[in-house]
Amino acid sequence: KQLAAARPDVVVAKDPLTPFYNVTHYNNFYEFGYQKEDPAANSEGFNPYPWNVEIAGEVGKPGSYHLEDLLKGMELEERVYRLRCVEAWSMVIPWIGFPLASLLKRFEPTSKAKYVAFTTLKDAKQFPEQKSYFSSIDWPYIEGLRMDEAMHPLTILAVGLYGKALPNQNGAPLRLVVPWKYGFKSIKSIVRIELTETQPKTTWSEIAPDEYGFYANVNPKVDHPRWSQATERRLPSTLFSPNIVPTQMFNGYADEVASLYSGLDLRKFY
Amino acid sequence: MPVSARRVLIFVLASLPFGWLLWATFTNHLGADPAKTVVWQTGLWALRLLLITLCVSPARRLLQWGWLMVHRRMLGLFALFYAVLHLLAYVFFILGADFSRLGEELIKRPYITVGAPALLILVVLGVTSTRAMMRRLGKSWQRLHNSVYVAVLLAWLHLFWQVRSSYFEAALYGSITAVLLLIRLYWWWQRRQKVRRVVRPGQMERG
Repeated sequence: KQLAAARPDVVVAKDPLTPFYNVTHYNNFYEFGYQKEDPAANSEGFNPYPWNVEIAGEVGKPGSYHLEDLLKGMELEERVYRLRCVEAWSMVIPWIGFPLASLLKRFEPTSKAKYVAFTTLKDAKQFPEQKSYFSSIDWPYIEGLRMDEAMHPLTILAVGLYGKALPNQNGAPLRLVVPWKYGFKSIKSIVRIELTETQPKTTWSEIAPDEYGFYANVNPKVDHPRWSQATERRLPSTLFSPNIVPTQMFNGYADEVASLYSGLDLRKFY
Repeated sequence: MPVSARRVLIFVLASLPFGWLLWATFTNHLGADPAKTVVWQTGLWALRLLLITLCVSPARRLLQWGWLMVHRRMLGLFALFYAVLHLLAYVFFILGADFSRLGEELIKRPYITVGAPALLILVVLGVTSTRAMMRRLGKSWQRLHNSVYVAVLLAWLHLFWQVRSSYFEAALYGSITAVLLLIRLYWWWQRRQKVRRVVRPGQMERG
């Protein structure tokens, strides 16, 4: 499905784009399998339409909404962002979406809304790996943001990439994109958005709290315990030009977001 | 099949993963992140060949496949070959040939700290795998080469410590390793029982 309304003038990253094929055939979407090729291979049967999203918690207008109704009146923009995976590879992707803030404002967050919690669809019929005995993940996948992070203009909900509706393997029909955080924060196939007063649990920090924190801001100075975060492999690369580039603080978006964390010890709150 | 033909066949089979990697490198079939693919595949094949090597003795004793014994050395050397490629790929394609980082990673990452001695053991076993070395080392040759069990345990730990969310590979290779080691443990226990029962321990069989 081709998306029409994309406004191509908001371009944030100037880096060369990662080709469409790589963006759609090198994915971490464990619901479809653990190898990078699995999501593209196993997501054909996934049906993202019709899609409902539940808006819950500290909002004036909670309820379950059709995706079409949520998108009504939203102006879709193209945003070219770097995506830095916690596994030390990165891509540059032209997303199509809208600021999460414009959606949240519509549902009138109350004064108690301090955090936003997101949930991915749980459906073992469509997500084969949710049945696996070998997985340490307690499905469904959950993520969260602080309210000011969620309201930041760089934070978007994406419905497409490269001018097309989101392919299933990239988190159809609706996913989060937070470009200054490691990729696992950008939760896919969202069915529930809840505004909360207390910090929500997140999937990876539940599995390995010493490796993955709530914040997960891209930070070359704080290593993952099992590998360095100082550099990244910009994909696609070849063995003849491994394309290893230095990782930037906040993935290069420090000018826009560093002020959110003034006074916060980023070694402790990783 | 004559020994020489079998030798060629096993050589070709064990070279296939390397051949595939070469083909994929030059035809761009390693995926978007070839560094990761090469490191993962060479590591996996080093472990697989190590486990295949450890199947030779049980195959001889349980299936009467005595003919396989002649080829054990080559299988072990192939495990060493893939383990060395694994290290080289990691240093050149993941660390960008920054050798100062290698030392740092060796100390900081437990899974690399246990991978290094596993590779070192394989190197020592490879160097001492010749007939001349066997003669020179005499009885201590077997004792030295028993350290292959330490190597395979460390290699498995190296894999296990890298698991992020799926335990499938760790469980698969862990159970194969466990079975192969338990067989040895049983043989060892059996030998001890025999030594106790038999009056003349000179008759005990060596395995």
